[in-house]
Amino acid sequence: MSALLELDELHVWFDLGEGRELHAVQGVSLELEPGRRLGLVGESGCGKTTTVLGLLGLLPSTASVSGRVLLNGVDILAGGEETIRPHRWNDLAIVFQGAMNALNPVQTVEAQIVEALELHGRSSGRAARARSGELLEAVGIPAGRGARYPHEFSGGMRQRAAIAMALACNPSVLVADEPTTALDVMVQAQILELLDSLCRDFGLALLLVTHDLPVVAQLCDRAAVMYAGEIVEQGPVEALFHDPRHPYTRLLFEATPDLLVDGAPVSIPGSPPRLDRPLAGCPFQPRCDRAYARCTEERPLLRTLAGDREAACHLNDVAAVAG
Amino acid sequence: MRAVDGVSFSLGTGELLALVGESGCGKTTTAQSVLRLVEPVGGRIAFRGREITSVGERELRPLRRHMQIVYQDPYESLDPRLTVHAAVEEPLRIHRTGGSKAERAELVRDALERVELTPPELFLRRYPHELSGGQRQRVAIAAAIVLGPELLVADEPVSMLDVSVRAGVLALLDRLRQGGLGVLMITHDLSTAARFADRIAVMYLGRIVEQGPAKEVVADPQHPYTKALLSVVPRRDPRDRTRPQILKGEAPDAVRIPQGCRFHPRCPVALPECRDVDPDLRPAGADHAAACILVS
Repeated sequence: MSALLELDELHVWFDLGEGRELHAVQGVSLELEPGRRLGLVGESGCGKTTTVLGLLGLLPSTASVSGRVLLNGVDILAGGEETIRPHRWNDLAIVFQGAMNALNPVQTVEAQIVEALELHGRSSGRAARARSGELLEAVGIPAGRGARYPHEFSGGMRQRAAIAMALACNPSVLVADEPTTALDVMVQAQILELLDSLCRDFGLALLLVTHDLPVVAQLCDRAAVMYAGEIVEQGPVEALFHDPRHPYTRLLFEATPDLLVDGAPVSIPGSPPRLDRPLAGCPFQPRCDRAYARCTEERPLLRTLAGDREAACHLNDVAAVAG
Repeated sequence: MRAVDGVSFSLGTGELLALVGESGCGKTTTAQSVLRLVEPVGGRIAFRGREITSVGERELRPLRRHMQIVYQDPYESLDPRLTVHAAVEEPLRIHRTGGSKAERAELVRDALERVELTPPELFLRRYPHELSGGQRQRVAIAAAIVLGPELLVADEPVSMLDVSVRAGVLALLDRLRQGGLGVLMITHDLSTAARFADRIAVMYLGRIVEQGPAKEVVADPQHPYTKALLSVVPRRDPRDRTRPQILKGEAPDAVRIPQGCRFHPRCPVALPECRDVDPDLRPAGADHAAACILVS
């Protein structure tokens, strides 16, 4: 199947002034097929959110971007805002972590969805109100509740409303950036179930950005692990867990407690490198438990491995496994 | 509003009790009452066998140094203007203890070593903004243990930290526990509770609905709420597909507590009598109890 959405060598630099810059995203390439779910995981500061803001053309003016974002094979980044705007919300929709708090407090939920529909020329008046009701029902909110204000909704309901708004223009890709992070575990489960059913029922492709590996393990088909602005490993979620080809992937799973698996999780020592100076060798080398001489000298490239996966680790050249 | 309604538990020396539940269930209020940071309207709080429920602030003060708290957000709980040394020394100054300046400096260094910020010289003169999140939380813990408390309340101590450093901070609490510190950890993260707690108490709408040894509560939950809560915890192995038993809606708030069993409107196995009976905790194994009429 060909990719619905493809990122090709996306780079993002932030101008820090005085000739300094931060290379936040360092050549990220991703592919998302129709109806599939891809998890983008990593620690804070690894560039996940910058990557999605970059692909949606939502970065501030201090950022410079290079690379291509292909939607059905067409580069939507090429003409800047001009070429992205027609696709934002219409093809690519986003739900942010704080989306539930981004609703306008002085407008009813229905009025906000209607406004979004009218703004994008999708429908207006009575038709838009009817569509708003459908969207609310699709996310599990009785249509009649649309007449209420956001403060009359619980956190989980507001997040559902934010998802309904994102779906207003029938996008083919939903980008969800930490959509459940601020929610309780039961409400998180409700939202994950909703995302799961939306993908199934509407053929929506999902790009899920999160630091929470278990959420990705349960919801996504594939995952891409980011570290220091680049993807260090990607592949099917089962393969990443059971046969990681980058030590960072393995250590991240080992740092994650599991409800029923005995044994205490183990931290990864150290912290990610600064991205405002050039990196020598492998960015993960100072924290890696398997590093050897070559790792300090040569930056490993992301290489295709058997089993529909990629990893950026020299160990794949010398040993069978990085674990 | 009855935020906490008839909660009982005990915490022994060197024990880690995890108080788990969703937001609004009363876990933080419970922890704050333990420290008398909020005043309970009834009940009894005993510390080292002595009732402290109604002792005055003057009498409470010397006890406070034995019971300390670590908050969720090390970005907010540390004063940005204080160096690490000043932040860890502050409790000693407030409680007018720790001896001379040199002796206090020694206690500060010792506390930093115990939280593994070593060598202490590397950290003493730094400010919070020069530290990572994990290091900040370690400084907050150092400031909490510098007085040599016997009880540490840790309110979501790792939820603001990156996954890669959470385990280290939890392992640190675990070592302090092994050294005899009693730890009351408030968390919404059942996986963390399962891995680090000796005992787990599950709260729902101001009540403890189940408590027992951590392993037993997780492997053999007795209360329908605990069962549902555990079923929705995402597992890290994609092959361990969870079969979530998702409860509809959200917990009502504490001003509208349902009649009978407070969980019955959301309970998947409720019986007609659950509308009337407000069940007490009843034994469900050795040192394990659940508040459900179905527990035999």
